[in-house]
Amino acid sequence: MFDITSYEEANSVQHAIDLLAANPQAQLIAGGTDVIIRLREGKVSDANLISIHDLDELKGVSIKTDGTIVIKPVTTFTSLAEHPIIKQHLPFLGEAVSTVGGPQTRHVGTIGGNVCNGATSADSASTLFALNARLCITGPSGIRTSTIQDFYKGPGKVALTHGEILTAILISPKDYLGFSGHYIKYTLRNAMDIAMLGCSVTVKLGIDHSVADFRLAFGVAAPTPMRCLRTEAAVKGHHFSEDLVERVGELAVSEVNPRTSWRASKEYRLQLVGELSKRAFRKAMSKTGGKGV
Amino acid sequence: MKTKKIQFSLNDKNVSVEVDVRESLLDVLRQKFHLTGTKKGCGVGECGACTVIMNGETVDTCIFLATWADGKVIHTIEGQTIDGQLSAVQQAMLDEGAVQCGFCTPGFVMSITSMLESGKEYTREEIKKELSGNMCRCTGYQNIVKAAEKVLQSGILP
Ligand SMILES: Cc1cc2nc3c(=O)[nH]c(=O)nc-3n(C[C@H](O)[C@H](O)[C@H](O)COP(=O)(O)OP(=O)(O)OC[C@H]3O[C@@H](n4cnc5c(N)ncnc54)[C@H](O)[C@@H]3O)c2cc1C
Ligand code: FES
Ligand code: FES
Repeated sequence: MFDITSYEEANSVQHAIDLLAANPQAQLIAGGTDVIIRLREGKVSDANLISIHDLDELKGVSIKTDGTIVIKPVTTFTSLAEHPIIKQHLPFLGEAVSTVGGPQTRHVGTIGGNVCNGATSADSASTLFALNARLCITGPSGIRTSTIQDFYKGPGKVALTHGEILTAILISPKDYLGFSGHYIKYTLRNAMDIAMLGCSVTVKLGIDHSVADFRLAFGVAAPTPMRCLRTEAAVKGHHFSEDLVERVGELAVSEVNPRTSWRASKEYRLQLVGELSKRAFRKAMSKTGGKGV
Repeated sequence: MKTKKIQFSLNDKNVSVEVDVRESLLDVLRQKFHLTGTKKGCGVGECGACTVIMNGETVDTCIFLATWADGKVIHTIEGQTIDGQLSAVQQAMLDEGAVQCGFCTPGFVMSITSMLESGKEYTREEIKKELSGNMCRCTGYQNIVKAAEKVLQSGILP
């Protein structure tokens, strides 16, 4: 049996907030694919759990009248990737989360749990960074919105105070309309492994077929997922060429700050940053169907 | 500790059971329903030996709280053989010699069965990807992939 001291099932977001407020030790559990593993491995004991696993209010994907895509946090990786709105507008986000674990993990693990876990290796994270995702956070004193950049505070640390719940992930039309994208997860094994490096590129073509917009984000290139803003600025407005691709690789390496871990050395990760940013850029460009690719 | 009475459909029968909220679905299936075909391998969601089909999707029951099974539709390996008749997936595993010690087999059968039930077509690469959450220490996978390929091409429903 898992080392669970107390367990409550929330029947609404408000109920979950009240339950959290009533117990300073309590933590949320959604799919449990991180929480239960930590319990199982003895990294956490005497857990006080509040389950949002079956809270339909926190599941699904929709589009607001202003075009903003709303992803609810307790949407599993599988239902996210298969959702018609995601397939139509953000197929590269669906592809990114389809690299998580194996099918059984994707059927249960949620995108909200992935973000709130705070891991720099989270497979949804770099693409959400490239999409300028905003997070709706509901707590005892109401709803606030945070950029995804402000949410990631450090390894395993996110900007949630006790009693707060991630209730939606928002993507504005200006951040996805006309964009193509590509995510590359680099791992030691073909499947069932966490990223040694994750690289996400989104691009938008201008009417003159130049690269009107370009975003480059990495997971595991720093203690939190990150964007390469200088590289992005150097690419925007230029026409796609192999020289431009080379430039992306060179510049990206100067912006990241990877660490050595048992999975890979800093040097190896730097090499990957250079190579994967080029590959992801080429691939994202080819998905736009633009000229000169 | 807190218990909860849950009801769910298990191999096409409605069942109800009192579970401790600390229990995994795997332990409830094995200890309370004596369905020991579902195996406990790693206990951390990596080997797939504990796979069942829940509401049409494969789930690792070792890291799934039993209380969450309330209201769900669950199929285990025990529901695959009806009146002594092996399912198409089980027969394909047998025909291809895809079983050695057999520990991983129930999990693989459930994963392949859910692929068959999806009605989708799979390439060899896609089959491998779909089976990436199941591990086998013995067979070297080739025969398992062959069995999956064979049964998926035949399109026979389980
Ligand atoms: C075998 C296996 C393989 C895996 N492979 C990968 C992989 O390849 N890539 C990858 O990125 N991850 C991987 N993971 C990790 C895990 O599946 C993901 O991080 C998943 O997204 C977690 O979601 P969950 O709903 O299961 O989280 P939970 O375990 O339920 O929660 C995770 C954390 O988030 C908090 N939380 C959850 N929902 C909310 C919310 N709405 N508001 C506030 N806090 C919340 C919880 O309190 C907890 O701290 C793997 C896990 C397993 C078991
Ligand atoms: S026992 Fe559940 S995945 Fe290994
Ligand atoms: S047959 Fe022995 S583990 Fe697969």
